[in-house]
Amino acid sequence: MPGYCYILVSLALFFIGTAGVLLRRNALFVLMSLELQLAAGSLALLTFSRGLGDEKGHVVAFFVMALAAAEAAVGLAIVVSVYRTRRKIDLDAINELRN
Amino acid sequence: MFSRLFMIPLLPLLGAAYLMLFGRRHSRAVVQTLASLTVFASFVIAADAFFFALPKVVHQGGISELVYTWFSAGTVDVDLALRMDALSGLLCLVVTFIGALIHVYSAGYMAHEHDYPRFFAYLNLFCGAMLTLVLGDSLPVVFIGWEGVGLASYLLIGFWYKETANASAGKKAFITNRIGDFGFLLGTFLIFRATGTLDIPAILDSARTGHALAAPLWLGQPVAFWAGLFFFVGAAGKSAQIPLYVWLPDAMAGPTPVSALIHAATMVTAGVYLVARMSAVYMVAPAALAVVAIVGAVTALFAALIGFAQNDFKKVLAYSTVSQLGFMFVGVGTGNFAGGIFHLFTHAFFKAGLFLCAGSVMHAMSGSGDITQMGGLAKRLPWTTRVFQICWLAICGVPVFSGFFSKDAILGGAFATEVYGHGLAWVGPLVGVLLGLAALGTAFYMSRLYFLVFTGPCRASDEVKHHIHESPVSMVFPLVVLAAGAALSGFVGVPPALRELVGKHGESTLSVWLEPAVGAPLEISHAIEWAGMGVSTLIALSGIGLAYVFFGGGYRAPAHAFVHALPRFVALVRDKFRVDELYAFLFIRPLASLCRVTFQYVDRILIDKILIGGWAFLADLGGRICRFVQVGDVQRYLAVFVIGLTALVWIAARPTAPGEVEVVVENHTARITLLDTPSSPDKLTYSFDFDGDGIPDRASATPTATWVYSGPGHYTASVFIEDARWHTRRTFKQDIDIR
Repeated sequence: MPGYCYILVSLALFFIGTAGVLLRRNALFVLMSLELQLAAGSLALLTFSRGLGDEKGHVVAFFVMALAAAEAAVGLAIVVSVYRTRRKIDLDAINELRN
Repeated sequence: MFSRLFMIPLLPLLGAAYLMLFGRRHSRAVVQTLASLTVFASFVIAADAFFFALPKVVHQGGISELVYTWFSAGTVDVDLALRMDALSGLLCLVVTFIGALIHVYSAGYMAHEHDYPRFFAYLNLFCGAMLTLVLGDSLPVVFIGWEGVGLASYLLIGFWYKETANASAGKKAFITNRIGDFGFLLGTFLIFRATGTLDIPAILDSARTGHALAAPLWLGQPVAFWAGLFFFVGAAGKSAQIPLYVWLPDAMAGPTPVSALIHAATMVTAGVYLVARMSAVYMVAPAALAVVAIVGAVTALFAALIGFAQNDFKKVLAYSTVSQLGFMFVGVGTGNFAGGIFHLFTHAFFKAGLFLCAGSVMHAMSGSGDITQMGGLAKRLPWTTRVFQICWLAICGVPVFSGFFSKDAILGGAFATEVYGHGLAWVGPLVGVLLGLAALGTAFYMSRLYFLVFTGPCRASDEVKHHIHESPVSMVFPLVVLAAGAALSGFVGVPPALRELVGKHGESTLSVWLEPAVGAPLEISHAIEWAGMGVSTLIALSGIGLAYVFFGGGYRAPAHAFVHALPRFVALVRDKFRVDELYAFLFIRPLASLCRVTFQYVDRILIDKILIGGWAFLADLGGRICRFVQVGDVQRYLAVFVIGLTALVWIAARPTAPGEVEVVVENHTARITLLDTPSSPDKLTYSFDFDGDGIPDRASATPTATWVYSGPGHYTASVFIEDARWHTRRTFKQDIDIR
């Protein structure tokens, strides 16, 4: 399979992720969509790394994974504590900093 | 000789600093001893420097000492330098000697004052500043002392600051002095502009030998005239001369030792000292001297007149001080600098003595200074009375006492002076006559004071009478010393006519000492001398006699008759000719109105409302507008972020612009070539619109194209660079002229 197919997949993942982040109401889904975006980035990195024969891209992809794990941990912790205080995790409802 | 000059002002200043910081930790005795000792040590050092190096002090320009260079700017070095010549040395001795005595006196006088460390700290501060003023060798250093004594004076007048009247008296003194200080500064600036130096010896040399100060400045008058006039404004402020004398009587609100030291013996004579210090400058401009003399004479007479009707012991003495300072200014203003300084010297003794007597009397009278409630104190206060009598005879100018010699030197000098030249020759006799009248007034009001306070029956209430007592030794001792000075200090300046009687020739010791510093003493013929002495003795005795007729043994019938005959005039004099009211009307009230207006409109409205409130309003408005963007929904923020990022990526993906555009025109043919294009030109396409209709006329993969124009004219060609992959493009325009 030619390399641009992987890039197309990466692009598709990224846009699906972006749409999820921008449009979903539920904080959990937003976090999941964020993971999709990160995965898209990793895939693009790996593709180019392979295509160019440069190992640096692999290394960065590992960093992204580690970062994604940390982000998920912190993000979920926040979501849980938001849920504890207000019994819902709709992003529409969390707008105390409005105006 | 172990002395260092800088120790003289430094010791009291250190004392002031220590007492201000740690005075409260020590007992009353320690504080008093320390404060007195610093000043006394200064006196010892000054006396040592003065007498052990007398020939040098007198004849070789004095001892000078460079402490360090204060600052340099361009060609000017301003040194913190001190100099003791005969003039400054004499003043230095007077200040430290009388200062030390008054410290001792204060120990007794302030025995019931709980805030004594502050008092003694201020007193020491004053001595240090005054000594800086006197010893300073350049105008800026003198100015430090000048301001320092003003500060100390302000602090001490308002020492009992809890009473508003005292605090306002301090402010009045300070502000009036500031007006004078402004004159001092202007004089300094003028001198500096003309001579390029601030060192006093250099200025005096320049005045004696050069032409810089004689050059006309304004209204055809030389620089020296204006500088002298400005210095005199400063001197009039400090030395309480018309029109700036109004602060001195109010300054009596301070403790009496302060009145004696600062407002009688030392600080107020700083103006006279300044004029004498700048004697050579004044000699260049006799007109300025004439101003000094006339103002001095008018002040002397005017203040003596006010003194007639004052009923407060210290107020009488205050106006007497103003009047005597007028005498001194006449002395220096008639070119008789030695005479003026002589009177300064003797006056320091007898006036300090009189004030300390006032303190002693008020101490005995439970703090009241109202002479209408006194009388007959001679029996109850024997020491104070003796001292007062000596000082009284001295100030009246009764022969043998010190005031007789010094006042006579000034009076004789006024008639004998020739410094003014022909045009102003009338000034000398005029001020002489005015001074004669003022001397008569002096004898009258001082005798009135003596008779009302010390003779006749006591008019005080029984309660007060019961408490009358002589003062403690610490107060009586300085009184006795000052009385001795008042009686004997005149003998350093005995005129030549009298010296001949005892087989001596030439000028008096004081005149000889002062000659190198302030110029040769006036030549006064023996005829004038004798006539002067005779007339002034007559004046003194008739003043005393007149006062006896009115007030001998209390208020007598002529006094009541006079008040009855001229009630309005007496009231006017008692109200000090309502000069304070006049100033209030002329200056203070307009100024206050101006302040109110500027406060209302400039401060309240322009600054508070518009300049400050305006900016606050703008910031607030900006915030109100911007907050509509803050919807609080994180997903909308992200959406904006994504849109912005996309736009940035699109802008960054445009083809880069060419480095340079080359246009070649031959006849009607134009060729455009883009130089320095990006390194991968095969991915870019170029199209060219030569005729300016917006539609590309040429397209190519290489960055060059030619076009043949139909005729001459001014054309605008457009070049479009397109990236085929991303469909981004960059456009720019190029002017082409076809001839």
